[in-house]
Amino acid sequence: MLELSLHILDIVQNSLAAQASQVEIRIREDLGKDLLTLEVEDNGRGMSPELTRRVTDPFYTSRTTREVGLGLSLLKLAAERCGGRLEVRSQEGKGTKISATFGLDHFDRAPLGDMGETLAVLICGNPGVNFLYEHGVDGQTYRLATREMREILGPVSLDEPSVHDFIRQDVQQGLKKIKAASFPKIMEVLR
Amino acid sequence: MNIEELKKIREKMQKEIDLRSGEKAIKVVIGMGTCGIAAGARPVMAAIKDELSRKNAESVTVTQSGCAGFCEQEPLIDVFLPGEKKVTYGKVNPDKARRIVQEHILGGKVVNEFVFAQEK
Repeated sequence: MLELSLHILDIVQNSLAAQASQVEIRIREDLGKDLLTLEVEDNGRGMSPELTRRVTDPFYTSRTTREVGLGLSLLKLAAERCGGRLEVRSQEGKGTKISATFGLDHFDRAPLGDMGETLAVLICGNPGVNFLYEHGVDGQTYRLATREMREILGPVSLDEPSVHDFIRQDVQQGLKKIKAASFPKIMEVLR
Repeated sequence: MNIEELKKIREKMQKEIDLRSGEKAIKVVIGMGTCGIAAGARPVMAAIKDELSRKNAESVTVTQSGCAGFCEQEPLIDVFLPGEKKVTYGKVNPDKARRIVQEHILGGKVVNEFVFAQEK
């Protein structure tokens, strides 16, 4: 995948297939530690220890249509390629938490990409699911929560096209803002 | 999150929703499995949504599906028009998607050159 945001779009589909009603996506960029952490946590049906162990194996899939499943294997590869790792924790009946780390400045780290479009596609495509997105860059945090959006929107559904545009732009502008605010810190680290 | 902007959307949309008949008959389904996403399904979906809202055709339902087993043909999209058989387009890109919206979804004429499969 060319962007981390495409990996996120992809692995959240696993949460949705596991009938999650709540999906939390957390990203932290720590310039001092040169570390990017990505977490996707859901309250879906979870997996057995055996399944949790095999889930990053490309030749394992829960599907019956064919014998390969590449989503998590590709994310694992993307993390390990730049000095990070992938961890999968799951409990049957409770949910699953995927944590991936990446060397923030590593040459082979895929760019974050368009998180706005990823969230717009996820939220508008699944208006009944609660999504929470938190993105921190050195103490500055951007946050988007569908629970709060629903309160304001009232009878207007999250799958309206104008809501799609709102999410895309709000995320793009929000991330730009926290990155700009962390700029003095970047200069400090560079010095 | 910009709350003021969201409140404006509510006010605007609430009026429009009241005017709509409530029936969304036209449906577009985009393959969003690992293969679809890797092949570029996300920008295709963005192009379709954008083209529909530019043409004020916001009553068309746009949804996602998983992998259909034709990974090499991704991005795949299915178009369902009321009373007509399903048409599947393959190897779609944002430009092709905009043409499919204009000519097929809004114009009613299948774009034969992009068709991967058609329900008999």
